[in-house]
Amino acid sequence: MQIIVNGTPTDVPERLSMSGLIEQLGLSDRRLAVEVNRELVPRSQFPEHELRTGDSVEIIHAVGGG
Amino acid sequence: MTVATRSPDRFSIAGRDYQSRLLVGTGKYKDLDETAAAIEASGAEIVTVAVRRTNIGQSPNEPNVLDVLPPSRYTILPNTAGCYDVDSAVRTCRLARELLDGHNLVKLEVLGDEKTLFPDVVATISAAEELIKDGFEVMVYTNDDPIIAKRLEEIGCCAVMPLAAPIGSGLGIRNRLNILTIVENASVPVLVDAGVGTASDAAIAMELGCDGVLMNTAIAAAKDPVLMASAMRKGIEAGREAYLAGRMPAKRYASASSPIEGTFF
Repeated sequence: MQIIVNGTPTDVPERLSMSGLIEQLGLSDRRLAVEVNRELVPRSQFPEHELRTGDSVEIIHAVGGG
Repeated sequence: MTVATRSPDRFSIAGRDYQSRLLVGTGKYKDLDETAAAIEASGAEIVTVAVRRTNIGQSPNEPNVLDVLPPSRYTILPNTAGCYDVDSAVRTCRLARELLDGHNLVKLEVLGDEKTLFPDVVATISAAEELIKDGFEVMVYTNDDPIIAKRLEEIGCCAVMPLAAPIGSGLGIRNRLNILTIVENASVPVLVDAGVGTASDAAIAMELGCDGVLMNTAIAAAKDPVLMASAMRKGIEAGREAYLAGRMPAKRYASASSPIEGTFF
């Protein structure tokens, strides 16, 4: 199925969990936060949060800023 | 009272005491080493960061700003830079709170215009109300408008941060009397945020009675950012001490410093 990750269309397996997506992207040990369709998904819910076709996922982190 | 015996001059934000009244941003540095060195030299305890998309598939082991500025040592103040509406500012703060394990102190800025980066104060007030209702401690960037500053305090912002001049302009404090009025009216900390260019600007903000100054470009865009960070630290301390000491009244004409009596000529 196709989802959008940080604005880029991305093919992922059906019923992929958020934990699975994070692992697949090589971001498992990073300090990050995630929104799906503009709603925050807490880290504690990553294992059970199942992605659906067309979901828009934002994965963010801290960067230098003023 | 001597400097040595005076009780520590700390200030408090959202229930936590700090010694340094200089708050610094982490943007625009050459690299993370320079960021860390400048922030060390500044003595800052509160540092701002921005929240942006993770680079997918690009150097996943690249160090992150929070690796060199660990939240165990610094109070991390996520900002809403780049937000031009209430919704994006509120989403940014919620993501930041999750990113920082529930840490709820944020720097709110809702911008109105790309050319000036002046705040959209109407949207700022709406966003502040929504964030406060959701449990955030909001330090708010605003215009140097005493009425709006007071309003932001009344709705529950934990610090009010008027600009000295446009963000990144280095123009210094353009309207000292407004900053003074904001300070006089306030019962929460007032910090000048944005527009400082050099150490004397920081000292002036402190002499006006501000509780602190938040800056980024003035340090990061100096030829020697680490040295400028040290200068800013001293400027903040000098201005604070001058404020506490109480300056002499300015007079138009001279007043001799040496005694008039006892001259032999």
